Amino acid sequence: MIENYLNIFINAIFIENLALSVFLGMCTFIAISKKIEAAIGLGIAVIVVLAITVPINNLIYNYILRDGALSWAGLSDVDLSFVGLISYIGVIAACVQILEMFLDKYVPVLYNALGIFLPLITVNCAILGASLFMVEKDLYFGESVAYGLGAGVGWALAITILAGIREKLKYSDMPEGLQGLGSTFIIVGLMSFGFMSFGGIIL
Amino acid sequence: MPKINKDSTLNITLVGVGLCLLCSAIISFIAIQLRSIQENNVVLDMQKKIVSSAGLEKVYGSVENAMSNIKTLIIDLDKGEIVDISPDTYELAKELREDGKYKFLSAEEDVASIKKREKYSKIYIEYKDNKIDTLILPVRGYGLWGILYGYLAIEGDFNTVAGLEFYEHKETPGLGAEIDNPKWKALWKGKKIYQENGEVSLKVIKGSVLESSNNFSYEVDGLSGATLTCNGVSNLIAYWMGNDGFLSFINNLQKVDV
Amino acid sequence: MSKYSEILFRPVFKENPIALQMLGICSALAVTSKLYPTLIMCVALTVTVSLSNFFISMIRNITPSNIRIIVQMTIISSLVILVDQALKAYDYETSKTLSVFVGLIITNCIVMGRAEAFAMQNPPGVSFLDGFGNGLGYSVILIILGTIRELFGTGTILEYEIFPLVQNGGWYVPNNFFLLPPVSFILIGLIIWVLRAWQKDQIEEPEFKMSQNSPEIVPNPPPTSSSKVAS
Repeated sequence: MIENYLNIFINAIFIENLALSVFLGMCTFIAISKKIEAAIGLGIAVIVVLAITVPINNLIYNYILRDGALSWAGLSDVDLSFVGLISYIGVIAACVQILEMFLDKYVPVLYNALGIFLPLITVNCAILGASLFMVEKDLYFGESVAYGLGAGVGWALAITILAGIREKLKYSDMPEGLQGLGSTFIIVGLMSFGFMSFGGIIL
Repeated sequence: MPKINKDSTLNITLVGVGLCLLCSAIISFIAIQLRSIQENNVVLDMQKKIVSSAGLEKVYGSVENAMSNIKTLIIDLDKGEIVDISPDTYELAKELREDGKYKFLSAEEDVASIKKREKYSKIYIEYKDNKIDTLILPVRGYGLWGILYGYLAIEGDFNTVAGLEFYEHKETPGLGAEIDNPKWKALWKGKKIYQENGEVSLKVIKGSVLESSNNFSYEVDGLSGATLTCNGVSNLIAYWMGNDGFLSFINNLQKVDV
Repeated sequence: MSKYSEILFRPVFKENPIALQMLGICSALAVTSKLYPTLIMCVALTVTVSLSNFFISMIRNITPSNIRIIVQMTIISSLVILVDQALKAYDYETSKTLSVFVGLIITNCIVMGRAEAFAMQNPPGVSFLDGFGNGLGYSVILIILGTIRELFGTGTILEYEIFPLVQNGGWYVPNNFFLLPPVSFILIGLIIWVLRAWQKDQIEEPEFKMSQNSPEIVPNPPPTSSSKVAS
């Protein structure tokens, strides 16, 4: 059993890395990876949000939206899966808002550190993407927790590595047209090739 | 007309509720209108795959004609018998989640790395002149990046392959995904599955199969650069054609003429 | 009329959402291995961003400011659901290829970005044009990517054979490199390079400029040095 969760967790970090294999959350990925501290901050925020929203969306999908889910209310013929997209994004927006208010009240230090990132996270494709993949993979509740955590850790890992590389490259002499955005894309492309080497690993 | 204060509580409530109602109404209306077309698409898609795995589209001219000669049945994998359950409500994903409808596989049993095996399987039989002409069996197994899902079509002697088609996989384009290449798929036709002693011998080898080789009928050319995917294919054939898969059913079929 | 064409065409080259503003990249990378799904994706996004700009702009005067993000999200999500349902009904094959990426149009930064930056302050007609223009800018990049990847990866464009493959008796050995997802990143990097060589005003200032090598070693170099650190 534990093996299954571990497998999903490791799979989400290396083999189906949200940033480097499926390319989700790119906008903030590229924008925030200029400095390592900022990257780590955003990474942690993403881990927390994913670890909370993926399981909640799993519950909503399994008990309200899917075909036959509403049988506990006596409506077993109802298939609400088409409302999925709006409800997942709604849950994500609500969770981020609540998290923000919670941090502001009880952990102001963390709130100030993460400050601007939290609103950015709501529109981060990676957050919605992880929920959509969870639905596609049809995971149980426990598995979805493992998946949410793993996906977050994977994304955080990728952005931190990129920030490290970009900080080093700050001092190099590059063609003018490639400076900044151009070189970042090429670096991410190469990192992504590197991560493909993890394919085929089954625990 | 008084100026509407757009930040007033009344306005927030009105806009909020009004927008929700309007959007829900429109989405629900369109979803319901399109539902039957969508379900039809899914069914047609499945039928196309089943028919093409056995190459029956050419024989019958169209998917529709082919499907009219194909019977869908649910079988019990352990007992190898047909069970009297309606195939219309059968869904593999559901079966693998309901208690009692599946079993976990131990490490030695799980040759194809699929973790769980369902109790009942939905198979398709094509009849010609009231005799079984082709058996179309759903098979799956882990490739490189994910599980390969396909149909293995077997001819009426229950040993010769009519075709092998994968309808869902996550393999690398150009490498593992060459399992979709028509030239490679054509290699499977006419190969044999079982040796005289009932052992599964059909597999994908590394490199090309030599015409002079003893095992010519049991081997298929490998795909260069796609070793793990090809191993996955061999493993899934070994599993599903063996004791834990369809072997009991095929043995029972050979005893009685259905 | 020129004001409208300016609004329509500015996002294509001068302020391309992908190449300059770094918006909407996510879907550009994963769906472009064949040209046909790419085209469908471009149409889906352009329709969504134009219509969402239009509707958001229509109700901009009665939208309360504290729930405006949610209002925008609701309209955008509804449009995406409609597009997704239509795709599932009328082009099932492509809908399976695009899978989750159609749903991800909701979080596509271009859509939200234009809604917030343009549609909330401008009348519906021009908002529609702006949305359409941004959709075009996005489509241009995606179509270039899709064409290059399909052409060099499988020798075909829209499934018509352009380079006859060795497997089919021709001369072209397909470069599988191009079918792998990471190559889109590298291609976009190169496109940006080309774009910035042409439009020099888009070049970013480096954070740290190296000082020039001095021809002779001077014991007390003058205080004003040629190295600049951009703040």
